Amino acid sequence: MRSTKRLPQFALLFLCICATGVTGAPPQKHLSVYSVAANYSLPVVQREGRDYVGLLELLEPLGKVSAKSDNRGWRLRYNNIEGDFQTGKPRARVQGHDADLGAKFLVENNRGLVPVSALTALLPRFLGGPATLHEASGRLFIGSVATHFTVSLTADNPPRLVFHFTSPVNPIVATEPGALRMTFSREPLVSPASPTLTFGSKTIPSANYTEDNGTATVTVNSTIPVIASFSSDGRTVTVSPTSAPAPARAQITNPSGPANPVTPPPAPGAPTVASSPPVTASRRYFAVVDASHGGDDYGETLSNTLLEKDVTVALARSLRQELESRGIPTLVLRDSDANLSVDQRAIFANADRAAIYVALHAASSGHGVRVYTALLPVGSDDRGPFRSWTTAQRGSLPISQHTANAIASEMQKRQIPVRTLSAPLRPLNNLSGAAIAVELAPQGSDSSQLTAPDYQQLVTSAVATAIAASRDQLGASQ
Amino acid sequence: MIARHLVIAMVVLLIAVLALSSYAWHMRKTAVLPSAATDTRPLAPPVAGPTEQVTLFVAHDDSGTLRAEEARIPLPSGRQQRAEELLQTLLSLYLDKSSPHTLGAAAEIRSVFLVDPGIAVIDMNSAFADTHRSGILVEELTVTSLIHTISANTPGVYKVKILVDGKERDTLAGHADLSSFYDIGAVNQVAAQLQGQ
Repeated sequence: MRSTKRLPQFALLFLCICATGVTGAPPQKHLSVYSVAANYSLPVVQREGRDYVGLLELLEPLGKVSAKSDNRGWRLRYNNIEGDFQTGKPRARVQGHDADLGAKFLVENNRGLVPVSALTALLPRFLGGPATLHEASGRLFIGSVATHFTVSLTADNPPRLVFHFTSPVNPIVATEPGALRMTFSREPLVSPASPTLTFGSKTIPSANYTEDNGTATVTVNSTIPVIASFSSDGRTVTVSPTSAPAPARAQITNPSGPANPVTPPPAPGAPTVASSPPVTASRRYFAVVDASHGGDDYGETLSNTLLEKDVTVALARSLRQELESRGIPTLVLRDSDANLSVDQRAIFANADRAAIYVALHAASSGHGVRVYTALLPVGSDDRGPFRSWTTAQRGSLPISQHTANAIASEMQKRQIPVRTLSAPLRPLNNLSGAAIAVELAPQGSDSSQLTAPDYQQLVTSAVATAIAASRDQLGASQ
Repeated sequence: MIARHLVIAMVVLLIAVLALSSYAWHMRKTAVLPSAATDTRPLAPPVAGPTEQVTLFVAHDDSGTLRAEEARIPLPSGRQQRAEELLQTLLSLYLDKSSPHTLGAAAEIRSVFLVDPGIAVIDMNSAFADTHRSGILVEELTVTSLIHTISANTPGVYKVKILVDGKERDTLAGHADLSSFYDIGAVNQVAAQLQGQ
């Protein structure tokens, strides 16, 4: 009886909890940073009605940076440039010159926080180049990195809308009745001359460009269902009418491209992976470079101050630069200290249908470079058009081994000790395309050599040269 | 001249010492020594009998290779016990301070199961994995050494699974995959690569 009386109270509490869950907390604000070295995102905190960001975290991916806090204030050193900040003071000194922050400098848990609005004035003092801030949308462009685009409507019936981008793009594409939306979270996309574009077409009358919370969005308004397809290595996106009505609200996380009716990538542990791309599938990144480990997974502790996960990120950036300088569009899977499971890595690479996947590792033991291909475990049988998840690599193993040998040959030309081996290393066995892992060890006994830019560049240039030389075979393999 | 009362005290003390010594001697003879604490754990049957020649595939970190090493060890008659004894011998090499491929001091083989048809399950303790050095090659050397040694000396094994504390584990120390069954044919190829063939 007593419990029956309390039932309405429990019901009310339950409803409150449900309502809280449904409405949720407001989304975390982010600052997206675009630079030649890296594109990344940082959390923004609000203090005294202003947006603040950690200065050390902001500069960390761009160069060598350190900070220390003492009773005289908070001191930051970026490469050879020093900055002195005083808690609660709106001014700082950088290289002996005053810099106006516009609001108080704050220190929380030894993190130095600067107002986001001060970055345009403050960063050039450290970086020696311009920084452009889109403050309202939380987007920061360091140097000339912006990706521009043009749009044109074809004379076909029905017409198609063709976007040309100055760099490869990889947006999330969502369709809903009357609109197709492309969200660019990692690309430094900037607005065209006018944020609203009109085309004088009944089927695709207009498109809008907007920016918000670290992302840029292009919305194509249409009176008929449309889909987007990618070409020119991700530099061209064509929005065209579908022959069949689009689903009411279909969302496709696009590495695979919305024009590609591939089944969604398998959930982690799922037993199968789509075996071969449909004829219309288009590849936007030729190479996927994976900085192994990350987040809670440190990899090997190479020394008291050096973790494998940090070396692999630096190597990945170097390899991307080397590949792109050879005209090979490259996606770096982990460009920050993020947790990514091996299943997620395989799903990304498989969905992108990249011609080659390169996992990067570092080790303190041994000398030189080791190039690995998959050691296939005992797996279940392929079923029709689907391959076993654990042995998805089987069909591509010969081209993977060919590429590994080509890399070894390039290393030998540069007098770097090298071995090629098979290894029970995930996710190599889960990838349907060519897949290798490169493990970098010091040439001598000093692990600190792993962070030497010259050594890293020597190795990554050898890898990139070999991939470029195998481009035809790799491109034809998928 | 010694005072009379001191002489009397000395005599009394001497008598007391003699009496106590006599009592202690008597007690010592009658005392029953406590028996040693009883160990109730089951003992493994002693490995005895003639020794047999086996081939161990031993990892060497300096060269990053596996090397075949012949050894003569006493082996029990049971197939499963033989496999376990074989791996115990290999592990004892790695636990030696002068080992060419050291493992954590507390690393142990809990048991080895041979399941028909042709499956071997090696169950290691958690210290084996928790204290293992991280790295693709160093982990691969350990895994290949264990699997190749058991398959080369135990005919009929074609699949091997490595467990840690009786449970499946994703990787040995961040790299070598332990989530799947190893195919002996594939491991033989890796072993050949690691032996420089």
